[in-house]
Amino acid sequence: MRNLLHNINSAIQIGDWCVLTAGIILVAVLFQQLWSHQDATRVQIRHGDRIYGTYSLNQQRDIHVQGAMGAATVSILHGKARFSQSPCHNQYCVHQGWLSRAGQAAICLPNQLSLELIGETKPYDSLNY
Amino acid sequence: MLIKTTIEDHRIAKLAAVAIALHMLEAVIPSPLPGVKPGIANIVTLYVLMKYGFSSAAWVSMLRVFASSLLLGQFLSPTFILSIAGAILSLGVLRLCMYLPKKHFGTVSLSILAAFAHIAGQLIIVRLWLIPHASVAYLVPVFAMAALFFGLINGVIANKLLYNETSTIDTASKNNQH
Repeated sequence: MRNLLHNINSAIQIGDWCVLTAGIILVAVLFQQLWSHQDATRVQIRHGDRIYGTYSLNQQRDIHVQGAMGAATVSILHGKARFSQSPCHNQYCVHQGWLSRAGQAAICLPNQLSLELIGETKPYDSLNY
Repeated sequence: MLIKTTIEDHRIAKLAAVAIALHMLEAVIPSPLPGVKPGIANIVTLYVLMKYGFSSAAWVSMLRVFASSLLLGQFLSPTFILSIAGAILSLGVLRLCMYLPKKHFGTVSLSILAAFAHIAGQLIIVRLWLIPHASVAYLVPVFAMAALFFGLINGVIANKLLYNETSTIDTASKNNQH
């Protein structure tokens, strides 16, 4: 290891340091830009491939949505959203709990309803069955 | 029929053979993340570039990509396309790097810049053709970090080979393998 460090030191000129520093900054910026889990601002509810509605997360509200099996309840509570009640049999969507980050989604296949959280910029192109 | 060959041709063939051997060696080493590889064959490209100039380096690099893919059975497969996209873009960047002042920018600079170009070429192909989906963006920081790290290491090794002058290419190939 010490040998390696010595080699690095003797091999690097001033311009190389600049390139190296620029590279480190680039990588740091890429991590920060592309891996930041941005908080969501809106929730989009879909029934099948049809958009049922898009709601701001900045409120406290229960929305009753009619799905293929029956009415489900989507709860919004100050920046997060969840399925709080669903007529489906396995209740996966309800057990998924609160979602708060952009790009997160909860899907209820039997009832054909889905939630997708949207930030300022949408990280995914689409969400399909 | 005999094709006339020059000394330069022989040299390129020898150096390309070393690069191919390193490429083969690397293909055997398992990688923690698919696509993240040290790219040790590029040490040879850098060595040739600094010692014999750009056109020799381009030949060695291209011969290595074609021959290795034939040997590994990947010719014209997505792996080959990725490989060649990376090689072409990094050669392009190296060509531009020839205009950098030699006094301040050494092998390490070239290596890091070429590594970034390499990964950029591959990611462009991945995004446009293999996984046409925005989620590819999540991979970018990881690949960029790997490019920086291995670019630095390869550059230092190439530099050592060039300026610790015991190096004929024969000892060069031995040095690379540990």
